[in-house]
Amino acid sequence: MTALAIILIALFGVLIGLAAGYWLPPHGRRSGRHAPSAVRRILLPFTGQAISRRSFEAAVRLAKAENAVIMPAFLATVPMNLPLDTALPAQCGRGMPLLEAIEQRTTAQGVPVDSRVSRGRSSRDALRKLIESEHFDRIIVSADEDPHSGLSYEDLRWMLERVPAEIMILRPAPEDTRRISLEAVGGHF
Amino acid sequence: MDGGPRNPMNGDLATHAESPEGSSGASRTGRLKVFIGMAAGVGKTYQMLLEGHAEQEAGRDVVIGFLETHGRADTARLAQGLPMIPRRRVSYRETVIEEMDLPAVLHRAPELCLIDELAHTNAPGVEHAKRYEDVEDVLAAGIDVVSTVNVQHLESLNDQVTELSGIRVRETIPDAVVARADEVVLVDVTPEALLERLRAGKVYPRERIDAALNNFFRIENLSALREVALRQVAQEVGAKRRPTEVISSREESLAEGTPQAIGERLLALVEPYPGAQRLVRRAWRSAQRLNADLDLLWVRKPGQRLDDDNERSLSALRQLAAILGAKMFEEEADDVAAAVADFAVRQGTTYILLGRSRIPRGVARLRMPLPQRLMARLPGVDVRIVADRAARANGEARIADPGAV
Repeated sequence: MTALAIILIALFGVLIGLAAGYWLPPHGRRSGRHAPSAVRRILLPFTGQAISRRSFEAAVRLAKAENAVIMPAFLATVPMNLPLDTALPAQCGRGMPLLEAIEQRTTAQGVPVDSRVSRGRSSRDALRKLIESEHFDRIIVSADEDPHSGLSYEDLRWMLERVPAEIMILRPAPEDTRRISLEAVGGHF
Repeated sequence: MDGGPRNPMNGDLATHAESPEGSSGASRTGRLKVFIGMAAGVGKTYQMLLEGHAEQEAGRDVVIGFLETHGRADTARLAQGLPMIPRRRVSYRETVIEEMDLPAVLHRAPELCLIDELAHTNAPGVEHAKRYEDVEDVLAAGIDVVSTVNVQHLESLNDQVTELSGIRVRETIPDAVVARADEVVLVDVTPEALLERLRAGKVYPRERIDAALNNFFRIENLSALREVALRQVAQEVGAKRRPTEVISSREESLAEGTPQAIGERLLALVEPYPGAQRLVRRAWRSAQRLNADLDLLWVRKPGQRLDDDNERSLSALRQLAAILGAKMFEEEADDVAAAVADFAVRQGTTYILLGRSRIPRGVARLRMPLPQRLMARLPGVDVRIVADRAARANGEARIADPGAV
């Protein structure tokens, strides 16, 4: 075999290698840029500093079963004396760490997550705006009327009447006291 | 006014009058000193009067242009000995309102005029709608002014204070008025001390104490307002200090072409995908800790089209930016590093935050990663790669349970 042939074969090998490097994704790693395309989206709205752990666990179970994306949504309330497009740093100071904690727990369980924030004159108004602008298939809320969730029984009834999606309202249970709060956020946030 | 040397011997204001800007004779404008506080009752007016006495004792011609004692005996007592220009009475809707007599102040032409409550709204029919506009006229006449203002009256802080306290303050002044002041002095007391003063009747008359305690004067309100006031004054000090900072030749050369910022300004590089929200939240928290502004920038390829998922993510990012008070920008460019560098210089960015880079393919692997390119283009700007906590949690879970998926 001549030296020229050896060089040609080596060059060919290099070209094959470059082409493979270009087309194939790096070994053992996913790009992580895009969530897997999911058929279903599950909305998990909250307003306060904690959410019911039961609601969260139900959302994760369903998302795993249905290959769905969980959409935790922080609903902020704009006081009547402020313009609706006002920034809300104080409320975000409570809502963002909780959103982070929910995302961390959801992702740690292998479920894709796509968070949202929405603001309105009330929690219901914020939820209505979110519903108008986003597509989702299910809403999961807990029926424990407490100051943390921010959604009253009236709001739940409104959702049942008006929201064009499956609504899962978890009946009150003793374990409703278990919550995921903003203190659950991992690491420095 | 002749604009000549006033009293070079004593007092801050007198000393400042000797500054180079003040040496232009009759065209010299007066100097403005503002006492700022978190709320009524911290002692701004008291400090203003003390300053007036000190200047008077130093031999300057000091008058009170307008004083609002709010019925406080101590304040009224302290005003004694300082000449006061009588208020003028203005009739408005069958009510007689007393306002500062601006023409009389200008005619009297003292060296220093004490004018309380800079944010006050004048009654209709006088020269200006707002008192700070009166003060501008007084300064323009070469008269030094000492004034007072509460932090919630600053226009840019009004929304923030309203959200914190739940109470909207109607009388606001543009931030530029305070920014233009030659001196801004914070009059600070602890919220507890202020509440004590309020309960002792030193702030409002007895009949107004309960209402004040139940509304504005709550410990959480006052703590938040105090923090806002401290930050505001720190920002003012930083802004005024910068031009006189000594820059070494090396720093000078590094600074060339890099952003020039007075405070911290953060820039988060985003792309429309769900994980970008986490980056924005982390950037926002950092911006809060630094009391800095936050910009978000998405550099899109020319002609890049988004699918439905990306459009939704972009919309969610915009919504998140709006609610957090961050500004979102979009630029079209092929070279991301160059576009980011240009933007950072324009905005005066001091920190850049970015998430984990896309793993390159093909020849792109040979190119320098984006963070390094940014550091090369922007010396003096911190570049921070925001960790993915969830990914770390996943890794830890896998270590703890090797069988887990």
